[in-house]
Amino acid sequence: MKAIVNVYLKEGVLDPQGKATHHALESMNFKGVQDVRIGKQIVISLDTDDKEEAQKEVKEMCETLLANTVIEDYTIEIV
Amino acid sequence: MQKSSKKAAILKVAILRFPGTNCEFDTQYAFEKLGHTTELIWHKEEALPADTDLVVVPGGFSYGDYLRSGSIARFSPVMKAVVEFADGGGKVLGICNGFQILTEAGLLPGALKRNNNLHFISKHQHLKVINSDNAFLNRCSNDEILNIPIAHADGNYYIDDEGLTSLEENGQILLRYCNAQGERQVVNGSVTSIAGICNEKKNVFGLMPHPERAMETILGSEEGIKMLQGFEQ
Repeated sequence: MKAIVNVYLKEGVLDPQGKATHHALESMNFKGVQDVRIGKQIVISLDTDDKEEAQKEVKEMCETLLANTVIEDYTIEIV
Repeated sequence: MQKSSKKAAILKVAILRFPGTNCEFDTQYAFEKLGHTTELIWHKEEALPADTDLVVVPGGFSYGDYLRSGSIARFSPVMKAVVEFADGGGKVLGICNGFQILTEAGLLPGALKRNNNLHFISKHQHLKVINSDNAFLNRCSNDEILNIPIAHADGNYYIDDEGLTSLEENGQILLRYCNAQGERQVVNGSVTSIAGICNEKKNVFGLMPHPERAMETILGSEEGIKMLQGFEQ
């Protein structure tokens, strides 16, 4: 089973890469772009078939290493 | 007694090396120029030399800055010993990538993000000393302006409002970016232009600028000398 982790800067923490990309989109005449946030996706293959166990373990990975919770939020999807 | 006439103690300085560290020899040169003894400590070591007076986490690109700058280095075996050393009151200095590692390790508050202009910035930069009443900057005076090189892509210091208030109230802000006249300057997007901070106990210090690269007038500045000499008190 796989865990898909998305990590991005928290709302309210300025995302310089997202902002630059937003400006680029505007200058290309894409209208109606309200905001751009850039994050990273981490795909983890796991031994277990237990969804709950996987969720728990990946959450711990996020809290300790994959995200810096001072500035970042994360989401976990188990597939 | 005047600040400059203090008799210098010889320090034992432990300088950490991770895969990708690249400022360890400059740091060694700087402290040896001041007459101190140094030892390079590979990150797989589980203990620091018993007579260590100061641990320096030098600059570079530990683990290629993968994931986040400093995020993987903080799990190296030696960091456990550094946390214990700091918890026991030992002095720790993180320069540039070392500052990033110390925030990731939770030894310093806040975090360092990508520079707001997304560029790697490498130049001499004026800094204003905000608090000199500590074991690091005691040879400097408050409001003194220093000229020290910076070289980083992830130096955009972030801390929430509550954290910032507590840094200010406890005198934990060490340095801010400024122009030659001492006016605050936006260099990389840091909250209130912070360039360096310390922990609440004032034994763990972190800064983005490189004092170890400001040790020779012929190379542009020797103002790093009095910064690093602070640890001699």
